[in-house]
Amino acid sequence: MYNKGTIIPGLMIFIVFVTFPLWYNRLSAGTVPKPDLPIGQKECVAPVSEMRDNHMKLLNQWRDAVLRDDDRVNVKVGGKEYRKGLQTACMQCHTDKEKFCDTCHTYAAVQPSCWDCHLTPAVAASKKETH
Amino acid sequence: MDTKRRKFLKIAGAAALAGIGAPAIVKLTSSAAIASEAVQHETAAHGEVAAATGVRLGMVIDMRKFAEQPELLDQAIAACNKVHNIPHFPDRKNEIKWIWKAPYANVFPELESIHKSEMAKKAPFAVLCNHCDNPSCVKACPTKATFVQPENGIVAMDFHRCIGCRFCMAACPYGARSFNWQDPRPFIDTYNAEFPTRMRGVVEKCNFCGERLALGLEPACVEVAKSAGAMVFGDLNDPDSEIRKVLDKEFTIQRNPAAGTKPSVYYIV
Repeated sequence: MYNKGTIIPGLMIFIVFVTFPLWYNRLSAGTVPKPDLPIGQKECVAPVSEMRDNHMKLLNQWRDAVLRDDDRVNVKVGGKEYRKGLQTACMQCHTDKEKFCDTCHTYAAVQPSCWDCHLTPAVAASKKETH
Repeated sequence: MDTKRRKFLKIAGAAALAGIGAPAIVKLTSSAAIASEAVQHETAAHGEVAAATGVRLGMVIDMRKFAEQPELLDQAIAACNKVHNIPHFPDRKNEIKWIWKAPYANVFPELESIHKSEMAKKAPFAVLCNHCDNPSCVKACPTKATFVQPENGIVAMDFHRCIGCRFCMAACPYGARSFNWQDPRPFIDTYNAEFPTRMRGVVEKCNFCGERLALGLEPACVEVAKSAGAMVFGDLNDPDSEIRKVLDKEFTIQRNPAAGTKPSVYYIV
């Protein structure tokens, strides 16, 4: 092998560099987030594992159903009906966006743009009608 | 040698003539075909509208009633602004309008005359998205963020898809679309927790209260103005609907019919 003297130390430096996040955090992924679950409501529109993996896809399906396909059939959860939608369904039980949505999103470093337009319960309450 | 050259020139000349003549021959024959087709088709009268099918939501605005009760239009506008989280910007260039007031001269510029009724001179007219049959905004939208709902004919918007190019605003002959030049939230008085706000860089307009219709309610403005008979809302394609009875009885006009967009908002002036 030619240039053994430079290639091998170079590779070593490269490996150390790309694995920096792993060894810097001592191979631990940090504390796994524990989102606040709604009190008194055990069911969701789908099983927990399904919701954990695909809630974003479900939200997109609801969006297209309501806005595009005029399919506004309510969803039933635990005997109660909800109108499809982030504000009209999800946030009715998950009343705290900061303690539910944000815990995982911050941990996973994702920034969903939902709240640019949709009102979180806290924001909606900040300018509530007084009378 | 000489005979060869002579022969070559003859062939070249014939080929050139054929080349020049061919398009003319094609043109003649094809135009003949079109002419024969035209004889078979009965052309409809200019501007004739074919009868539509399905549900087509529309509105009649009785300006006589609005002129009698000047506060009614303000109340209707306020009701709309409240349910749809519409901001109020102090600077008019940022204005967001779903239903708003405009003078007669701006609403019906092609019907403007010197001697018009007192009402047309003074009363502000109610204007909103016309939810056209043939909406130019929908054709202009590059992302299909605005589209016609086939179920009810509403020209709806999916704010999620709007990229803020404002082609629709340029295309709309009625100025019914507004652009969010800045974050609207600080300018919203009270939030309706069941409806989203918009964000900077998104176009918005009247949605004929699609979200309220789904709950069996009438549009917010109609709810306010209905008792006075100033607004009638319903299915234009249903001959027994209230709106059709009003349309059968009263003479109505529409905004800018020459644009060919076929609005579904009618005015009694």
